[in-house]
Amino acid sequence: MTTGGSVSNRIGTNADRVGLGAMLVSALCLVALGAKWVSGAASSVVLLLLLLVLIGVLVLALRGGPEARRLLAPYGLLKPGMLWLALFFLAPVWSLLRISLSTKPSRFSVDYNFTWAFQNYSNAFKDFGTQFQHAFVYAAIATVLTVLIGYPLAYVIAFRGGKYKNILLGMVVIPFFTSYLIRTIAWSTILADRGFVVRAFDKVGLVQALEWMHIMDNGKLLNTPAAVIGGLTYNFLPFMLLPIYVSLEKIDTNLVNAAGDLYSSATRAFRKVVLPLSIPGVFAGTLLTFIPAAGDFVNAQFLGNPNTTMIGNSIQDQFLKQNNYPVASAMSAVLMFSIASLVLIYTKIFGTEDLA
Amino acid sequence: MGESANPKNVIELDHISKTYGDFVAVHDANFSIATGEFFAMLGPSGCGKTTTLKMIAGFEQPTSGRVMLDGVDVSSVPPYKRNVNTVFQQYALFPHMTVFDNVAFGPRSKKIDEKKIKTSVMEMLEIVRLAEFATRKPTQLSGGQQQRVALARALVNYPSALLLDEPLAALDLKLREAMQIELKRIQREVGISFIFVTHDQGEALTMSDRIAVMSQGHVEQIGTPEEIYRTPSSLFVAGFIGSANLLPGTVESSDGEDVVVKLRVGATVRASAKGAPFSVGDKVSVMLRPERIKPAATVEVQGRGIEGLLTDLVFQGATARLIVRLDDGTEMTCLADSSASMPQIAPGKRIAMTWESDCGYVLAGWPDKAGATTTDIDHIESTL
Repeated sequence: MTTGGSVSNRIGTNADRVGLGAMLVSALCLVALGAKWVSGAASSVVLLLLLLVLIGVLVLALRGGPEARRLLAPYGLLKPGMLWLALFFLAPVWSLLRISLSTKPSRFSVDYNFTWAFQNYSNAFKDFGTQFQHAFVYAAIATVLTVLIGYPLAYVIAFRGGKYKNILLGMVVIPFFTSYLIRTIAWSTILADRGFVVRAFDKVGLVQALEWMHIMDNGKLLNTPAAVIGGLTYNFLPFMLLPIYVSLEKIDTNLVNAAGDLYSSATRAFRKVVLPLSIPGVFAGTLLTFIPAAGDFVNAQFLGNPNTTMIGNSIQDQFLKQNNYPVASAMSAVLMFSIASLVLIYTKIFGTEDLA
Repeated sequence: MGESANPKNVIELDHISKTYGDFVAVHDANFSIATGEFFAMLGPSGCGKTTTLKMIAGFEQPTSGRVMLDGVDVSSVPPYKRNVNTVFQQYALFPHMTVFDNVAFGPRSKKIDEKKIKTSVMEMLEIVRLAEFATRKPTQLSGGQQQRVALARALVNYPSALLLDEPLAALDLKLREAMQIELKRIQREVGISFIFVTHDQGEALTMSDRIAVMSQGHVEQIGTPEEIYRTPSSLFVAGFIGSANLLPGTVESSDGEDVVVKLRVGATVRASAKGAPFSVGDKVSVMLRPERIKPAATVEVQGRGIEGLLTDLVFQGATARLIVRLDDGTEMTCLADSSASMPQIAPGKRIAMTWESDCGYVLAGWPDKAGATTTDIDHIESTL
């Protein structure tokens, strides 16, 4: 055996470590480029390193024989996703955190100086506490409402749908072929002050009762907290319904029969068998609903009023209108971390091992 | 009819029928099951046995007729108010509960004192030999163990009758045979009537006190395994239980118990009719069980043998299977003791098959295909 052969052989058997190293190095290169850790000539060097690493792994895969290819394959398959996340998630998050701790030399400046400006965070809390509160409260109420509406609907489709199952599911999903924005604006027409819904409530004398329930305000349905929550509920309903449907659909109807056979009434069978087995679906649905709803700004903008502003609207305003990137970044970071910690706590309490 | 015809009967099916639109799933099933009896409902898929079981359990309501449980009409009583329990085909164990909680499900539904539940559940887990698995989840158990959990979960309620829907179908052969003996032992220990649905005739013969053979919604015959095997009431039962050689022919003469049948192949044989009123010229079939036929050089007693060409001889250990083609092409099988000397027997030779006087049994009608049921693949498939 020649020396060259034994060297390539050694690389071949360690190909998995080489693959892992190459993936990490190339991801790091992309973060460095995306987050502007390097500039000018140095960025060319990083780019060159990135290309060399990628070409190196490719050559190893082509020349290293079947064993090396087998060991490299998982990293090769991971790489597109990892590199995409490095460039479009890790690098922006890094930039966001950096800007959130920066100050602007003047109001109209486009540059930031990194100064460990933690006051951006205290300002975010001080000035936008209400908006944070709105975001979490509205999202939480909307999540509860989607469960209350979505669960029975999913239950009926899964257990009573019969041959109409797919048609019923289609009817739930079809509205979502239209743009999110258009559907939300459509609601502002439906709930408008002189719209048919308000007039109908007026005719049957429901206005008083609805005002007492804080659903209507001053004879108005649009531009109330209820309208914002209603919009969120409407827009995120399928994200709740579909996971619940999937978990209910999986339940063997013989389990319900068995519970009945073992002296359980229909209610007890539901409580002891169907409900616990569908919890993973409810859990997934609440995450899919709460997380985007908490950061939403479309519903509050079109269906709310200045007093129902959610944190998403404030962030949008700070970024695009006030041009105050440091505070906007601090707000985004706070939103991100508070959602992440809420979800972690929620998962610890309610999470099931079935939902990995 | 009074509310209770016989106090010894746990279940009485009083002329029950079930139809779905035009399809008749069960037609006029009318029989009863005694306390402590191991009763099998046997038949090919689609024969109505599972529908009958579901009507006893309460998952289906009969279109007509009554289901009596302990002498009371329960036809319209929902399952959770009937004192019968079911072991489902795929066990239907609750996957999110431990073995203990699964077994305790029934008693807890009845709101029995938790202390009593604990003792009775552990007692039942002892009987099915799973006490040490109480804290496991069903997915951590093997198929046979899951089966026994399902059994314990049903038996812990001490129902009037236990209904088992193909309980062994999901197990492999060796385990299935062991579970047959285990089921029988458990049944004797608890003394509860078991009503057992199966398409496996071997299983039904091994375990049951009585068997109801069903076909296309009709109960063909009810009797002990021996009665059904020796004196089937129809060609269907004869072919479904065990293997049989069915030879079509016409009645030539009748003298009380026995009839003389002129077979379509040409030979004339004598067979028992058990007093059934056959008259000369009737189309009948003679049933010959393969294990009761012996190979010989020639037919020695007139009417108790037939000649043909030996086409195949398969050694099977304790027995040897002989396949003989009769003169008209009909194939017959014969199971011979492989240790007995079989002079001049080799494939390609002409041999005789002979039997004792009580072997041939006459049934009305002609079979779809003459000869051995075991060599007819379509026939075997139709019984699965």
